Amino acid sequence: MQGRAPPKPERSSVRTVSRIAVNVFRESVRDRVLYNLVLFAVLLISSSYLLGQLTAGQDVKIIKDLGLAATSVFGLFIAIFIGIGLVSKEVERRSIYALLAKPISRTQFVIGKYCGLVLTLAVNVAVMTAALYLVLTYMTVTESAEFKAGWDAPGIDPALLKAIFLIFLQLAIVTAIAVFFSTFSTPILSAALTFGIYIAGHFNTDLKNFDRIVESKPAIWLARGIYYLLPDLSAFDVKTEVVHGLPVAAGYLLSTAAYGVLYVTAVLLLAMFIFSRRDFK
Amino acid sequence: MPPAIQVEELTKDYAVGFWRKRPYRALDRLSLQVEPGEVFGFLGPNGAGKTTTLKLLMQLIFPSAGRAEILGKPVGDVAVRKRIGFLPENPYFYDYLTAEELLTYFAQLFGFGPAEQKARVSSLLDRVGIGAERRLQLRKFSKGMVQRVGVAQALINDPEVIFLDEPMSGLDPLGRRDIRTLILELRDQGRTVFFSSHILSDAEALCSRVAVVAGGRLAAAGLLSDILAFDVRGWEIVVDGLKPDVHAQVSAIARRSTEIAPGRYALEVPVAHPPEKLLAELTATGARLVSINPVRDTLEDFFVRRVKEMGAGARAPEAGEVVRADR
Repeated sequence: MQGRAPPKPERSSVRTVSRIAVNVFRESVRDRVLYNLVLFAVLLISSSYLLGQLTAGQDVKIIKDLGLAATSVFGLFIAIFIGIGLVSKEVERRSIYALLAKPISRTQFVIGKYCGLVLTLAVNVAVMTAALYLVLTYMTVTESAEFKAGWDAPGIDPALLKAIFLIFLQLAIVTAIAVFFSTFSTPILSAALTFGIYIAGHFNTDLKNFDRIVESKPAIWLARGIYYLLPDLSAFDVKTEVVHGLPVAAGYLLSTAAYGVLYVTAVLLLAMFIFSRRDFK
Repeated sequence: MPPAIQVEELTKDYAVGFWRKRPYRALDRLSLQVEPGEVFGFLGPNGAGKTTTLKLLMQLIFPSAGRAEILGKPVGDVAVRKRIGFLPENPYFYDYLTAEELLTYFAQLFGFGPAEQKARVSSLLDRVGIGAERRLQLRKFSKGMVQRVGVAQALINDPEVIFLDEPMSGLDPLGRRDIRTLILELRDQGRTVFFSSHILSDAEALCSRVAVVAGGRLAAAGLLSDILAFDVRGWEIVVDGLKPDVHAQVSAIARRSTEIAPGRYALEVPVAHPPEKLLAELTATGARLVSINPVRDTLEDFFVRRVKEMGAGARAPEAGEVVRADR
């Protein structure tokens, strides 16, 4: 080792973050849990074809519905289990000790972990999307023209991508929440809390409209406060519209995406704030 | 040239208890200085505050009071970590990475180019004795092998200052010897090595200077020879042909008397009895001197004595006082 040039100064922290992210991706790709989840999701999407056969005329809707639901649910499992595992396990098993002694900041660590997880999610969502389109292609090719005439939307419908895009954004929010909890909590508690927020996030719109059923001002303010605190996840659910061939405006996609990005940024900033001050006992 | 490591009044309090938090002082106003090129032993029993100190130096935890510098820079400075290496206690790395991948990952974090990464990883794994196993995932590694990988990752950036937390733990005698050799090599290359251990023979074999911590406080610091030279606590005299009646007389003043062979005894006499006088008396009875050695305080003895003196229980109330003063 003697006589070599000293390490080059790291030009950008973006490179450090991307290296952490790539490592997260590599590690999670090798985790068997991930394979099981993806395999199961793909199996479910494929078997929706069989289910569709049971109900005449409705089959393509069932396939789309099931396919999108499977992408969403299995994406959720991946976001929670892998997401929490990769951050809290690193703290719990103390692999973070050696890592943080390297020239990386804790902020870079959090961003790197998050980006790696989102990358993992993106690849998985892509795999599930491909499986869904494969089944739909098979349907479109094999079914007769008059049968297809009864469909609300074409079999191989690019509009599905709108729903998948929003599902992906929703998963990115859940991942940010998972990372947030795992910066200060145990893996099991983080998983429970993240799952709880996911559920609450789906019913969040009810809180927004609380003033329609209640007159008490403090109760309305409280409901409003919680509404802004929790993510509004139902906004990311356009499955029904897409499956039934109803339009989803580009403006809606854009504003929802902007909301998602803002929410993720806020949650990650909070996670970094907590993580930067944390003692690793 | 600034000191390699400078620690001033470093203190760490933890809040313990679930409902009514009580302060617990894990480290109490520790000050020490390590010069460049030194092999510095940081000694103490389990729970003495060694790992706490190392974690403070690595910014894994933040001090309640006091400050620390490495190579003249505050420990919070991320840039200074390019020049240091750290082996945590009982290290653990990623299950699904191979040894090679782990080191490559860490080399990337230091900003080395691909060719440089490869060269460093390969030569370091050779150096710590990881052969073909380097392509196995780390979850298949034994504890000793993980420890070797840990040492390799601590050296990936060719650091100027190397912190090793219990580097010998979990290693077999061969592994321990390898680590000792490695530390001496690093010293010969002019690196500063700061290592913690509760195994005193390691320090005796390696260190120029040591600090002994007990109960979160500095118990002693300095040259090993100074600490050990404190006391000649007596003399061990081995004599041959000692007659039973003479032995009975000597036994009365000896701290210990061991019969090595018929008529040959090892006698440990306290320093209060000048050995010259005793020897003259013994040789007059026909006994022959085989050897005489001073009985010194070993580091072990020193350690045990100081730990007893300091007592672990004395800290809690003091920590409480400090917290009240802070309010």
